[in-house]
Amino acid sequence: MFKYIIKRLLMLIPILLVVTFVIFTLLYITPGDPAKMILGQTATEEAVAELRAELGLDQPFLIQYLNYMKDLIFHFDIGTSYTTGQPVIDEIMNCLPATLKLALSSILIAVVVGVPIGVISAVKQYSIFDNIVMVLGLAGISMPVFWLGLLLIILFSVRLGILPASGYSTWQQMILPAVTLSAQSIAVVARMTRSSMLEEIRKDYIRTVRMKGQTEMRITIFHGLRNALIPIVTVIGTQFGSLLGGAVMCETIFSIPGIGRLMVDSIKTRNFPIVQGGVLFIAIGFALVNLLVDIIYAFLDPKIKAQYK
Amino acid sequence: MNQKKQNKEKKYSFWGDTWKRLKRNRLAMFGLFIIGLLVFCAIFADLIAPYDYATQDLMNAYQGPSLQHWFGTDEFGRDILSRVIYGTRISLQIGFIAVGISLIFGGFLGAVAGYYGGKLDNFIMRVMDIIMSIPSILLAISIVAALGSSMTNLMIATGISYIPSYARIVRASILGIKDQEFIEAAKAVGTSDWTIIIRHILPNCLAPIIVQATLGVAFAILTAAGLSFIGLGIAPPTPEWGSMLSTGRNYIRDYWHMTLFPGLAIALTIFALNVLGDGLRDALDPKLRG
Repeated sequence: MFKYIIKRLLMLIPILLVVTFVIFTLLYITPGDPAKMILGQTATEEAVAELRAELGLDQPFLIQYLNYMKDLIFHFDIGTSYTTGQPVIDEIMNCLPATLKLALSSILIAVVVGVPIGVISAVKQYSIFDNIVMVLGLAGISMPVFWLGLLLIILFSVRLGILPASGYSTWQQMILPAVTLSAQSIAVVARMTRSSMLEEIRKDYIRTVRMKGQTEMRITIFHGLRNALIPIVTVIGTQFGSLLGGAVMCETIFSIPGIGRLMVDSIKTRNFPIVQGGVLFIAIGFALVNLLVDIIYAFLDPKIKAQYK
Repeated sequence: MNQKKQNKEKKYSFWGDTWKRLKRNRLAMFGLFIIGLLVFCAIFADLIAPYDYATQDLMNAYQGPSLQHWFGTDEFGRDILSRVIYGTRISLQIGFIAVGISLIFGGFLGAVAGYYGGKLDNFIMRVMDIIMSIPSILLAISIVAALGSSMTNLMIATGISYIPSYARIVRASILGIKDQEFIEAAKAVGTSDWTIIIRHILPNCLAPIIVQATLGVAFAILTAAGLSFIGLGIAPPTPEWGSMLSTGRNYIRDYWHMTLFPGLAIALTIFALNVLGDGLRDALDPKLRG
């Protein structure tokens, strides 16, 4: 198991190399001169040239990329922000807690709400509850994060005035962003739980357990759900990726200073080091979540654990 | 001969059969109806829209829904209903063209990877894995950042970010088919690789591609609207739903109708495409039905 984790972590290296290369190339070919951006329209030609040399922007592409990678690997340095002059890593670290808080609370809500709904729906298939949940689920999947956020603000902040529409420090401020971001995941998790449970509770071993006189509650949770968990965990893992994307919208709507908003602002000001760093961080986060999902598989299914060597 | 012909007519073709099953799914038919309506709006926007989408009428700005302006007016007094109708043109175009891009490139890469296998397969699929290791909306954001924001770039950006999912589907389908006898027979009579792929293999993996493409149009529209919403897509004067929402957000305290209707248009479109996609999945593959 330990060996497997090490192997997976090592496999991250080529992925990150290529991700950095792709993002670096993309932003290299981007029109617009960052040096001019920093100094403003009124700057003299000499000043711009000087700054370009200072930032290393006058070097050929490959040298720039190699320098970037050298700093990344040996000094854990991914450049300095063009606008503030701060190291990119610091800027990202400042924004990371807000994004993490938002993403984690959303995924928590998605699991706590989505899984039970899916289980009840499966057990009571074709009941009124099931029908309502399935239609709501489809609606939830179709709901754009940014529109839902605005609607919730209109209802709870503007009309009812019971929840704040921005900020992220207190739990009251977190409610609207977290609910907004989790809505889609709740729907996806509930739908997946339902279909996975439906498949599981029809199997023969469930009938055997029932004949043994086990209570329905125990059958559903300890036998059915326990064995239906693998697809559910998978879908929660993939949801994390779309949550990170949705976080960009959510942070914009609720004025939360997270990585998503940092990146969007940086794109608008052509602050490339931040954009590169942000994508790199998110790619790492996404890869780690996938690894975590694979590790959880091992705990859920001994057959899978036997394969991890 | 006559008898034979009659028999043939009674039998349903694969598509006829699919259509029959799809028709029984009321939700999917609702989705199809909405999409038909949207396509109609997009084509005949000039005839349906009660007002021009760009004409300003500052005396009538910020009006709530009324008989003259069903969806109200925006900050320049433009009719929101008309703007939403013209918006279907933009969103549907983005959706279909973006899916076209990912379908062509993804299909090609997946076909090559699946058919030839070996090192080429390994290389292509690893590249796809890497693209997939960046959440698609972030990839789209990076591409738009690099290319600059315009409608064409928006299509390219969303198109590229969904290439891997098509490559995977086509590859998986090809792997399931390429060792069957009829392919071997085609090879034996000397058919070229590309003829085999296009004439014999692709038609056989059309079903999962159609489902993915239907859902893909929804993803693309959603991504494009999201990018416009955060200011990286289509800029305000154009009646794009996402950018209308972004404008509406500035007036959210006083004029809720400016955010309600464009958002409703997006949500309804996505909903319709999702239920149609789900319905198609069930109709195309009866084995999968719960």
